[in-house]
Amino acid sequence: MSKPPFIRLDGVSKSWGGNRGVERVDLAIDEGEFVVLLGPSGCGKSTTLRMIAGLETPDTGRVVIAGRDMTAEPPAARGLSMVFQSYALFPHLTVADNITFGLSVRRVPRRERQDALAKAVSLTGLTGLEGRKPAALSGGQRQRVALARAIVAGHPICLMDEPLSNLDAKLRHAVRQEIRALQRELGMTVVYVTHDQTEAMGMADRVVLMNGGRVEQADTPDALYLHPDTAFVATFLGSPPMVLMPAESVPERLLPPGTPRDDLAGLDIGIRPEAISLAEPAPHRHRATVRDAEFLGAETLVYLTTGTGEAIARLPGRLTIRAGEPVGIDWAPGAATLFERATGKRLSLPPREHRHAEAGASHGGSAPPRAMGATGHPPHFQTETLP
Amino acid sequence: MEQLATYHRRRQALYGWLLVSPALILLTLFALSPTVATFWASLHSRGTIRRPSAFSGWDNYADLIADPSFATVVGNNLLYAGVTIPASIVIALAMALWANAKIPLRGVVRGAFFTPTMLPMIAAANIWLFFYTPGLGVIDAVTGLFGLPPVNWLGQPQTALWAVIVVTVWKEAGFFMIFYLAALQTIPPDLREAAAVEGAGRITYTRRVLLPLLMPTTAFIFINALINSVKLIDHLFILTKGGPNNASKLVLYWVWEMAFAYFDAPRAAAMTVLVLLVLGLIAVFQFRVLDRRIHYR
Repeated sequence: MSKPPFIRLDGVSKSWGGNRGVERVDLAIDEGEFVVLLGPSGCGKSTTLRMIAGLETPDTGRVVIAGRDMTAEPPAARGLSMVFQSYALFPHLTVADNITFGLSVRRVPRRERQDALAKAVSLTGLTGLEGRKPAALSGGQRQRVALARAIVAGHPICLMDEPLSNLDAKLRHAVRQEIRALQRELGMTVVYVTHDQTEAMGMADRVVLMNGGRVEQADTPDALYLHPDTAFVATFLGSPPMVLMPAESVPERLLPPGTPRDDLAGLDIGIRPEAISLAEPAPHRHRATVRDAEFLGAETLVYLTTGTGEAIARLPGRLTIRAGEPVGIDWAPGAATLFERATGKRLSLPPREHRHAEAGASHGGSAPPRAMGATGHPPHFQTETLP
Repeated sequence: MEQLATYHRRRQALYGWLLVSPALILLTLFALSPTVATFWASLHSRGTIRRPSAFSGWDNYADLIADPSFATVVGNNLLYAGVTIPASIVIALAMALWANAKIPLRGVVRGAFFTPTMLPMIAAANIWLFFYTPGLGVIDAVTGLFGLPPVNWLGQPQTALWAVIVVTVWKEAGFFMIFYLAALQTIPPDLREAAAVEGAGRITYTRRVLLPLLMPTTAFIFINALINSVKLIDHLFILTKGGPNNASKLVLYWVWEMAFAYFDAPRAAAMTVLVLLVLGLIAVFQFRVLDRRIHYR
């Protein structure tokens, strides 16, 4: 991290009449990085993107792009392009004119324009469709036109606002990989907004998970999945999400090593469904009853009722299991994570090597509110046993 | 077998004629037959008790064109159309862009723009008659504050037609604004943002995206304005009655005058035929040429 970040947000806030805004977001994006802003609807991810684009002006804070303060600059001055959810193609222009719209507005000579067009068209596989109007294209082709328009000018930054949400599932998967390949080939810095976690996990170099206008956690997809900072991150990522149970309801053997045994009342224990195994009921296992089971081919989801709520186990292969059957649920203690129930924060943040220094949210990297009693324990209790 | 097919074909044909017949009957009764009758009348001389109407060929047309009023009236109407059509379109677009923006009191602004449309033309003309009244009217009251002498806007040949033009534009622009406003609201805001990201400023966006997308509406409004520039003459009855010295006389008013003031129906018919001819040519131009250049969604 010796180079300064390419895009930097410093304490950026935006609100409309006090709701649905963005609150003091700090973000640093490196050149060539593929960053996904992820979160539920209304979390402020699109607003954040629009502030980077210059389509919204932040109430407070600064937007710095390539070392220049761009907070007050119009979108055109920021050297970026954007793919909209609706594609925002100009319906009266042909594919070629749509793609070169920005170039002709900027009075790029015709010859250069033609060359850039030919390149963008072949990169996005639109050859032969240049003369058509958007109305005569399929959804996937329109998406490609939007993509071609975004890359044709060779801007170093490309912003994408849920670009795949209007495509069907099959196409979405293919385009996802094409976008990623295109980004690598052109070395673009991409900021990508989505509410779809598989898109985020599959494409991102780094995922910025947002909630309620704040950054919950910003990290690589695997770090986000394996080391969630908050209960929100833990339950947002993963399908099915992490199971949360009151820590005091769980047999002591299953608590992660280093748990402060004297004060379990305010803690939740979180376990990924795939870390849970089922066995005969026994005193050293957590007791549960099978409510239902779903066979999904490669795996079976078992819905369980525990004394304190619901849990889901994700087991490989096919299981013969009946509803109403009492079972004992088990997991490797190291696979569990503890969260403070009141704040949702993870208890104890062991030092991790791959956390981005300035990537955290305004509160994301703060010290744990409760000091761990024993420091002699292994540095972290989440072993990397998860798939 | 063949008989059955013929029977079915005939049934289909009958069905088609039945569907077309209401429109066909009404159009024949109220559009086609009057047109033919008018044309027929224009080829005959004016009938009096002593000299009944007789076929006279193109005499009525020759007389009409030889009449010095003809050139004046046609010239007046061309100027009237040439000014009111573009002026009302441009003003309507400007008002629509304004009323479509996020401004305070948007409802009030829209209402104010639309009010002239809701008034009957006769009422609007009466209001403007008061505006134009020399010495007492609103306009002279305002210009009087600056020490300017009163002007008889409607009473002098140099200004009469322009005074009428102003009333027409004032009346029509609000009506056309509604169409533009409706069209503007169907244009997704994303397009403006996409254009902004691509480097297009407000003017470039308007010229290269907004106006092309509004072209279907503009074409519709243009046709309406064109029709109105020929058929909307209500205000002439109140404001000038075509005067002074034919200075504000428009074609349809002249037709009315010939037919119902001078009882020269054949000449009025001849003039009507000429007007229909010109409008027909414009319609052909519109369908053949303009429509190809317009992007319809």
